[in-house]
Amino acid sequence: MYVAVKGGEAAIANAHSLLADRRRGDRSVPALRLDQIVEQLALGVDRVMSEGSLYDRELAALAIVQARGDMIEAIFLVRAYRTTLPRFGYSRAIDTANMLVERRVSATYKDLPGGQLLGPTFDYTHRLLDPELAAGAEVAEPLLRESEAQAMPRVSAILAREGLIEPDGDMPQDHVPGDITREPLEFPMARDIRLQALSRGDEGFLLALGYSTQRGYARNHPFVGEIRIGEVELELDVPELPFAVPLGTVRVTECQMVNQFKGSAKAPPQFTRGYGLVFGQSERKAMAMALCDRALRAKELGEDVVAAAQDEEFVISHSDNVQATGFVEHLKLPHYVDFQAELDLVRRMRAEYDARENAGKAEDKREAAE
Amino acid sequence: MDIAAQSIEGGFADPVFNAQTVFRAVMDAMARPGSVQPLPPFARPPVPLSAAAGAIALALCDNDTPLWLDPALQASTAVRSWLGFHTGAPLANTPADAHFALIAAPAEMMALDGFSQGTQDYPDRSTTLILHVSDLVSGTPLLLEGPGIETSATIAPAQMPRHFVEQWKQNNKRFPRGVDIILVTADGIACLPRTTRIKTMEA
Amino acid sequence: MTAQSTDIATYNFAYLDEQTKRMIRRAILKGIAIPGYQVPFASREMPMPYGWGTGGVQVTASIIGPDDVLKVIDQGADDTTNAVSIRAFFKKVTNVAVTTDTASATIIQTRHRIPEHPLTADQVLVYQVPIPEPLRFLEPRETETRKMHALEEYGLMHVKLYEDIAKHGRIATTYAYPVKVEGRYVMDPSPTPKFDNPKMHRSPALQLFGAGREKRIYAVPPFTEVVSLDFEDHPFEVQTFDQPCALCAAENVYLDEVILDDHGGHMFVCSDTDHCEKRRNAPTSPLWGGRAEGAGGGLDQSTPHSTPTPAPRADPPHKGEGKEIR
Repeated sequence: MYVAVKGGEAAIANAHSLLADRRRGDRSVPALRLDQIVEQLALGVDRVMSEGSLYDRELAALAIVQARGDMIEAIFLVRAYRTTLPRFGYSRAIDTANMLVERRVSATYKDLPGGQLLGPTFDYTHRLLDPELAAGAEVAEPLLRESEAQAMPRVSAILAREGLIEPDGDMPQDHVPGDITREPLEFPMARDIRLQALSRGDEGFLLALGYSTQRGYARNHPFVGEIRIGEVELELDVPELPFAVPLGTVRVTECQMVNQFKGSAKAPPQFTRGYGLVFGQSERKAMAMALCDRALRAKELGEDVVAAAQDEEFVISHSDNVQATGFVEHLKLPHYVDFQAELDLVRRMRAEYDARENAGKAEDKREAAE
Repeated sequence: MDIAAQSIEGGFADPVFNAQTVFRAVMDAMARPGSVQPLPPFARPPVPLSAAAGAIALALCDNDTPLWLDPALQASTAVRSWLGFHTGAPLANTPADAHFALIAAPAEMMALDGFSQGTQDYPDRSTTLILHVSDLVSGTPLLLEGPGIETSATIAPAQMPRHFVEQWKQNNKRFPRGVDIILVTADGIACLPRTTRIKTMEA
Repeated sequence: MTAQSTDIATYNFAYLDEQTKRMIRRAILKGIAIPGYQVPFASREMPMPYGWGTGGVQVTASIIGPDDVLKVIDQGADDTTNAVSIRAFFKKVTNVAVTTDTASATIIQTRHRIPEHPLTADQVLVYQVPIPEPLRFLEPRETETRKMHALEEYGLMHVKLYEDIAKHGRIATTYAYPVKVEGRYVMDPSPTPKFDNPKMHRSPALQLFGAGREKRIYAVPPFTEVVSLDFEDHPFEVQTFDQPCALCAAENVYLDEVILDDHGGHMFVCSDTDHCEKRRNAPTSPLWGGRAEGAGGGLDQSTPHSTPTPAPRADPPHKGEGKEIR
């Protein structure tokens, strides 16, 4: 029985082979191919790329199937691979104003240059389970725009022309953007670092925090200025070459939240910004990120910090789901050495407590008898 | 040999394992101040950068660590391009920006407090000084005490900076801020972390 | 020399890339130079979860070389699942020799214990640390605790310990018991039982601490003062056990309570499995005889039990923490 509480190499190996078996499931059912996951579970792939901070659909699909569909486990797999990759350089900042847009909606204007483009959205679908999908019905080809529509200026630029929205928050000229994957976090943080942390933060955590601001915990009066989803060019500066080298395109979701602001000692009345940007298509995450970004700018804008969503150390320290799941799940590891120490302490304190109680009871009895 | 060839040659033959060996020697020397750790000649930098100092630079420096070179090293294009090629480390604008400082002529070097001392919040953000000394036995004997030393240790590095013992006392007083020193000779190294206290040996 | 076999060809020796190793190595050197100070470092995702030893693994991966002999323990034991897993990881990515023998290891990675066998100057002890900040449970904000360390303002910790005494008659901290290093930094020794704290004091071995999730590395150089915080009227005391190890009869070692049945039957055995096995296999070895501390005295009198003898417990097993019983 002494050995039974301990593990061994054989036990671990057996557990892992059982895991492999359960992952594969019934062998008479065809195994999933990565391209099926990439094509048909694309939003799951997007989430893994986004929170895994690695833009590679195939690897994300592999991670999803290897993790048996556990998204946080898949994100973890991608992160642990990403961290071993050599760093060749940093691309130029992407320009979302030049995005090849597939979806673009604004809640602040009825119509605007470039128009409202619904794109592939769940919005306005009736959430009725579809038996035809289960039966594998053929899907008709979609109707697409004939050609590229006119340029699509960002809503924030339209507001900026009137001077009613704060500037875009330029960093100082010599500011080199930080990299949270290469440098330890330090509080308080600059906004570039904070946005990076939010972008790879857990969707559920940010969603709940964003929601909390809407329910009055640091309300900040948000309007969706614009959400746009589409492909943007990636370019790399190479010192030897006089021009930037195009690397390809990535699909991103950007959310610009416009928040009413009555002004403070630090800033005039105007609209302020909350920003969200994530890999792939995830409006929920981009919107939640924008709400959190705006809430976390409280100090900068001279607002009182009264709620969790405004608390930078609280939000950023707990937004990373790979860290969170590791530490929560580490409670499964043996802790019997420490537990032994606590057991001893509690036994002794309990014995003292009982002794005191008994002495007290004896005293009461004596008094009652008198 | 022209400078271009010089700057490419003389790096680690086996980067992974050479770097590990050099680091362990530095770690052991830092953990046991006054102990002399042998260092195989893994690197062949251009003069006046010594082989041991060059090896330490290769093992610890990269584009995240601004380097400061003393005038003797700064004057050598070959040294600068060798370090640039093999480590990618940028040169620091001022000694106070340097993560590491390479000093070929300690006797003429600037004061220790001219380098980054770290801050009270982040005392680790200080400069580590790598000093070339000809040997560790022919100079003024220094009696060392402090963490890493069981009772006391003695080294006698030659050609140390002027008023070194007095400067080091000031360095001790700044704790937890302060600089740490790696002394390098042709075939070995010894360290003086900021916690080490020095007494000169009275004759 | 290439230590990699083809199946791990895509990973560097010891998993981490060289730039990451350099960054961690620089942090280790600063940690050694400023004993007890937590050096921030850009911790990487590792192929095991945060909280499962990633800090210790990164430190070990950055210092280990082909000539090292590695021992990994969790709860003092070489055969606990996480120790087995981490040892297998290093076997795979470095191909170095591994051992369970404390004395022959050059690097010992540990979670929650310091081996009973005294460490030597040729060894490095690498601790896995979950929460490196000793003040964290008193002040959750990093910005505040950093200030406290900078100003050497540790009053809060003393207040907490003293409140324990006022409330419970003793300091109710049994593990991760805070220490002061070289008279300056208050440090978390990682969640080792306070039984192990005295072993840190002036240890001949270098002690390195890695906290991966919290991104901190710190160190205690050899022969460095490590003092457990206490009060004059409530001096620091370690746990003591009323009975020797049921397997090897060692005294003055840390014991695990093993439940034998559901009628309250249990026994106490060494938490340090290597120590226990050595004593059982060679009870007469001079290595183990006659040592007053650590390696269990009292061998001459008591026969080592080769078979555990379960005994229902009659009284608290430990002599315990304080003499005061009110």
